[in-house]
Amino acid sequence: MASPNRVLADLKVFVRGYTRSKIGLFFSLVFPIILILLFGAIFSGGNGGPINVYVQNLDAGQVGISFNAGNAFVAALNNNSTTTVTLVDNNQNLTNYMLSHSANQGVLIPQNFTRTYLNNETVDVVVYANPADTSSPIVEQTVKGIIADFNSQGSSRMHSVGYHQLSIKSQSYKYIDFLIPGLVGFSVLTSPMFSLVNISSEYKKTKLFKQLSLTPLTKTEWLTSKVIWYVVLGIISFFLMTQVGAALFGAHLDYALMILPFLVIGPLFFVSLGMLVGMISKSVESAAVVGNLITFPMMFLSGTFFPVSLMPMYLQNIAHGLPLFYLIDGLNQVMIYSNFSQALFDLELMVALSAIAFVLAVAFFKWRED
Amino acid sequence: MSAIEVSSLEKSYGQLKAVDGISFSVRKGEVFSLLGPNGAGKTTTIEILEGLRQRDGGQVSVLAADPWKKGYQLHRKLGIIPQGFTFFPKATPREAVTYYSTLFGAKTDPDAILRKVILEDASRVYFENLSGGQKQKLGLALALVNNPELLFLDEPTTGLDPQARRNMWDVIRGLEKEGHTIMLTTHYLEEAEVLSDRVAIMNHGRIITDGTPAEIIEKHGSGERLEVRGDEKLADYVREKTGFDVAYNDGLVSVRLRDKRDAVIGLSSIDQSGLPWKDLKTRHDSLEDIFVKLVGGSIEEGGTIKKSLDKRESDSGNSN
Repeated sequence: MASPNRVLADLKVFVRGYTRSKIGLFFSLVFPIILILLFGAIFSGGNGGPINVYVQNLDAGQVGISFNAGNAFVAALNNNSTTTVTLVDNNQNLTNYMLSHSANQGVLIPQNFTRTYLNNETVDVVVYANPADTSSPIVEQTVKGIIADFNSQGSSRMHSVGYHQLSIKSQSYKYIDFLIPGLVGFSVLTSPMFSLVNISSEYKKTKLFKQLSLTPLTKTEWLTSKVIWYVVLGIISFFLMTQVGAALFGAHLDYALMILPFLVIGPLFFVSLGMLVGMISKSVESAAVVGNLITFPMMFLSGTFFPVSLMPMYLQNIAHGLPLFYLIDGLNQVMIYSNFSQALFDLELMVALSAIAFVLAVAFFKWRED
Repeated sequence: MSAIEVSSLEKSYGQLKAVDGISFSVRKGEVFSLLGPNGAGKTTTIEILEGLRQRDGGQVSVLAADPWKKGYQLHRKLGIIPQGFTFFPKATPREAVTYYSTLFGAKTDPDAILRKVILEDASRVYFENLSGGQKQKLGLALALVNNPELLFLDEPTTGLDPQARRNMWDVIRGLEKEGHTIMLTTHYLEEAEVLSDRVAIMNHGRIITDGTPAEIIEKHGSGERLEVRGDEKLADYVREKTGFDVAYNDGLVSVRLRDKRDAVIGLSSIDQSGLPWKDLKTRHDSLEDIFVKLVGGSIEEGGTIKKSLDKRESDSGNSN
């Protein structure tokens, strides 16, 4: 039976050691801030505010029904923090209109949108985007989020169709808004992973685990105290990053409650994974190598610094196999797109992965030898 | 009533038999030492008794429990300093004692425990900055937190300077006076002789002999000896003239005495030889002498065996 007193005692001694060493604190709290300052400064050329999307709504609604799905879709595009709508007259050719206005983001709502939606038939919303523009993936994600909401209410057949059109570059969205969730994910990944890989292999080598096995402290209690610390550290880091991002680069601040489960599940997963790597490795050195082999590809391919949708398809496929992708995607869905249904999917996946990782970490965690 | 009962204990690592069918018991309230060089099987034995390793064969009972099966419950009654004790580098001894107290659910006064092991002056120094002796004392302090019935000290003074070692001995003697049962392993002959009520000498996984230091000396010793510093010729001369058992080793001529008269005869013979000699003394065998006799060498500071001259010569002869 786990004892809260023992977990607390172990947490206290671990936190003291962690905060006294300074190096851990630097990499957990200061380093991500430095990255925000660095990347924020590099990519702070945007004009700020929501991304302007040119929308042509060809839907005329349905006779006898007051609900107009096209109008509802436009309203949803207009009433979120990431996009604002400029309506294009139905007589215009949307493509030509966008070209003449140097626009990269456009959405076409087809005729009979309301009827097909209400009849549960397949209907496509066409998204015009420029892959060279960092705002395009954000618009795509926002549209997907709105579609997910529509699908959850009625038909499940609505799709978005991306149409890549080369046009004059214009940047209208702040990179910092995208960077912060990425770097929160970065922090949640690196702090526990590097620390636990090192601690678990080092304690095994110095036989500190063997000593602890001679006390009533259990393996689960030991691991739990580490999870608690990295959750606290992750939350502190999150607030620091968002505040610095908002103060220096005008990042959009939205402390939605749904961010919290990601800040709990993330550290749980990476503490367990770090522990697992340290335990199955034969030496401190090999643990570091294995830890780096897992951490670095995940760090760069999961959408930490760049949107995954900007990467080639084969890399995107790899990214979808990385746990950090779902953490960062979930944070993006909550913090940028307000797409809570997609965020919930990401969260459920992370919970399942974390449960497996924690059980495996405890199973492979050996205090004593045979 | 025994605190520890060991019968035909065996443990192997691959082809190596680390512990080869040893049996012994430790009585409540006594200090019992396993004495032997590195690789003798001491740590494997004590770790099996602590419940840290699984035995291959034999029977083991610690405070009437099987330590491998009942380790978690047993550890609440044991105090243990593992070999090479270590702790979190940035924790102080006071924090360490408080931490262990909470883990064991024990109400202890950290300052009182640190006083007991003479570590109160360093109570707020980070573990990484403590001296070797202070680190071992902290290990002992942590072993005492749960007021244990039985203490296991695995090489508690290895690597310490002579002064720190003697300080540690004082602390261990104090615990013995308080009635603690203590089992320790050591490769320091003097430590075993000074601290132990009973000793078991181990080599190559086996117990060669056991008993109180006096019993071992009585059983394996060769009584009183007359010793002088001199060369091998002097040893040969005395042996020839007296017919006594005379040994020579590294500039020391040693004459075994059966009674007081032999001392007079031996000394006369030395004087009559006309050969140079000095440093006359008589003495009984020490535990070290017995160890050399039984194991064929003495233990060096690092715990390895330094073979005696006779043994080296016999080994050399065997190899030819």
